[in-house]
Amino acid sequence: MGTEFCSTAAGSGGAGANAARLRSQHSSLALYLRGVNGCPPRHRSARNEAPSDSQSSARLDRVGRFWQLALATRRTTDDMVASMRELMLGNQAVARGAYEAGVRVATAYPGTPSTEITEYLSEYSEIDAEWSVNEKVALEIGIGASIAGARTLVSMKHVGLNVAMDPLLSIAYPGVNAGLVVVVADDPGQHSSQNEQDSRTFVPAGKLPMLEPSDSQECKDFIVQAFDLSERFDTVVLVRLTTRVAHSMSLVGVDSRSDVPLREHDMRHGKYINAPAFSKKRRVVAEARLRELEGYAETTPLNRVEMRDPKLGIITSGVAYQYVREVAPTASVFKIGLIYPLARERLLEFSRQCSKLQVVEELEPIFEQRIRSFGIATSGKDRVPIIGELSPEIVRAALTDDPAPAPSAVPDLPVRPPMLCAGCHHRGPFSVLRKLKLHVTGDIGCYTLAAFPPLSAMETSICMGASIGMAFGYEKARGREFAKKTVAVIGDSTFWHSGITALVDVVYNRGITTVIILDNRTTAMTGHQHNPSTGSTLLGATVSAIDFASLARSLGIQAVREVDAYDLEALEKVIREEVAREAPSVIITKRPCLLADGIKRPGPPLAVDEDLCKACRLCVRLGCPALSQVDLTVSIDPSVCAGCGLCASTCPFDAIVRVQSE
Amino acid sequence: MNAVPISSESIPTSVVIAAVGGQGALLASRVLARYAILRGCEVKVSEIHGMSQRGGSVVTHVRFGHSVHSPVVELGTADAVVAFELLEAARYVPYLRSDGLLISSTQRIAPLPVLTGAVAYPEDLERTLAARPVRCLFVDAQRRAEALGQIRTANTLLLGVLASQLTKDIEPWRAAVRTSVPREHQRVNLAALDVGWALFADEFAEPSHGGKGIHT
Repeated sequence: MGTEFCSTAAGSGGAGANAARLRSQHSSLALYLRGVNGCPPRHRSARNEAPSDSQSSARLDRVGRFWQLALATRRTTDDMVASMRELMLGNQAVARGAYEAGVRVATAYPGTPSTEITEYLSEYSEIDAEWSVNEKVALEIGIGASIAGARTLVSMKHVGLNVAMDPLLSIAYPGVNAGLVVVVADDPGQHSSQNEQDSRTFVPAGKLPMLEPSDSQECKDFIVQAFDLSERFDTVVLVRLTTRVAHSMSLVGVDSRSDVPLREHDMRHGKYINAPAFSKKRRVVAEARLRELEGYAETTPLNRVEMRDPKLGIITSGVAYQYVREVAPTASVFKIGLIYPLARERLLEFSRQCSKLQVVEELEPIFEQRIRSFGIATSGKDRVPIIGELSPEIVRAALTDDPAPAPSAVPDLPVRPPMLCAGCHHRGPFSVLRKLKLHVTGDIGCYTLAAFPPLSAMETSICMGASIGMAFGYEKARGREFAKKTVAVIGDSTFWHSGITALVDVVYNRGITTVIILDNRTTAMTGHQHNPSTGSTLLGATVSAIDFASLARSLGIQAVREVDAYDLEALEKVIREEVAREAPSVIITKRPCLLADGIKRPGPPLAVDEDLCKACRLCVRLGCPALSQVDLTVSIDPSVCAGCGLCASTCPFDAIVRVQSE
Repeated sequence: MNAVPISSESIPTSVVIAAVGGQGALLASRVLARYAILRGCEVKVSEIHGMSQRGGSVVTHVRFGHSVHSPVVELGTADAVVAFELLEAARYVPYLRSDGLLISSTQRIAPLPVLTGAVAYPEDLERTLAARPVRCLFVDAQRRAEALGQIRTANTLLLGVLASQLTKDIEPWRAAVRTSVPREHQRVNLAALDVGWALFADEFAEPSHGGKGIHT
């Protein structure tokens, strides 16, 4: 057997025997688990209700899975109790850590790679979790909840931290009451982000401690530790993840939830008043706190020295630590868990013990520069790339002087970029914008894909909410006639996040910007989260959906139009009229995202009549995955076609027809 | 002797699963991880989410053994690459060690530049891949899954092929499927696992690194 080194498992006893044992012991474990875990995760939509039968059986299913595992690994119940481990995504382990740390409030705005933290948090009935409209609001709710006595977790992606920077640095002097932890997930390699900024850069500005885990177990443990640190040192604590930690799975030991009572509401005079009279005093406190944290860094087990061969000492953190252990198993390692402030004395001692030092860190040379400032000579970014994500092969190459050649790739393979789905709501508006040759300031969401061929109908996509202000900037720079050739395009969730303030600015400062809000009734890009216009919350409560049209009218915008996103004719007419208008206007294009739950295909699939097709390729230029050019005609894949009919509307020869009527 | 040159005790087994968004790579990697747990192994899985639902290239890494550090497989070290699409097999084959195993569906899904006619889908990918020193198993997984009545189980079927090359015992794999797949889909997924398992099970004991691809 190839994997004999692993203990033998479910196989030889047979699944049937296991199942029988499973049945006999099922109920007792269910009771046990409830005792250990507190209330097991419950169904998302039933927050304030007693568990129904179906929920109970869902729980029993989960318990059953545990049991199967326990039996499969042939451990006794007691062994299993002592070492019950679950395969968890890093983000899931963060949520578990928050649960075990007694967190009561959790807020976030979705953003890859941090989104799942809040989705998992929403499964714990003890935690009030929400999708906030943006990261600034999320953190402000967190600060309020902390002062009012509840342990609170706020999570976001790295660029979300920019949005939250005002409350983050402003709470640095006042500090906290109940533990307040901010999880920030960086995206080295830009898998799904506009930049690869390194969040470690920002913490010195607030003198705030930051932790970095290297696998799922540490994700859970560090979160628990972060809450203790937050209360012990009276400060917000940041926990930094990267994509490879957030989106990797490994086994995690599960503990019970700590009983952390609501703290007394902190009403100390002036502590949370950031007026100079108070904050000048808190400034001194913040400085003293940093000194204390520097002392703590010298003793905390968050930092770990692994002495092996003293010829090479490697200083590293996060997933880079795992790569180092993989490719240089005999090297000595200083694993940094508390990445700010650094443990100066322990690093000096490590440097004396090793003949050569190498810092292996992803992105910026933060450790390297700081360590050099301690008077320690070390190699760093001279060997490790500053751009992009690290990998085992990159770390191996950095640690050897003559790296082996990389395995040869198969040459000339076509790329496979992501594309708008078949039937996507965004395709209609952007195909019209391309036809009208307008200047389009775009925004962040699935629709950013419209910037790429074949649609190529977007000039800019800078940051969340930027489209509207930028279109107004075009007008300021080049005048009203230019504004009549410009539109801002923004998604529903992005509009709530930070487009709304720019629209107010346009109205206030007498702009004539035309704004298209792409309302597909979900935050699609990050996996279909609710937002203020979907009519539902994270926890499944039905709420009144905020209406874009009423909102725009309430701001004093007269021209507010709602259009079917599949109706190319109407779209073109409305867009032409509104860009020409000497006043601000809002166009709302409507159709639900087809990937969202419960949404049906808009119609039966279409097909090409080859006798009529002139191979003009107008339809292919929609960039629909169902359409492909085959020799002198076009083919539609019926298994992919969503039946939106956009290609038929585009065809000048009526060569695209419905296969069958509904 | 193994058909797949499984790593030694100290080195974990590494599998790369390559697919197109929507083909079920995440589920397959989780079934594989569940199998490893059932065998009492440490396991790490690395996934890239984000654009996976929009038809982009998706890759997951699964590593299991006594102890596992990196969740990411090092280039040129994977014991097996399982590809749900031929172009993705070609894209990720550099992850394989020189005597590793490539299992690929023969399904072709045209990426955007091919759909728009900008470039052609590469010809003869199977021959290109078979010319490498790795062992290749090509499977018409889509057709076989369709025959089972659920085309979406091509992922489990290909996992069944991998299973047949890793071990002689299918039971822990069946348990892994049962604990990873929702109850209503278990039967068809177990059937797909069995079909995949049966295709090359005879070759388990005969490692062949001869470079010629085997088709079913």
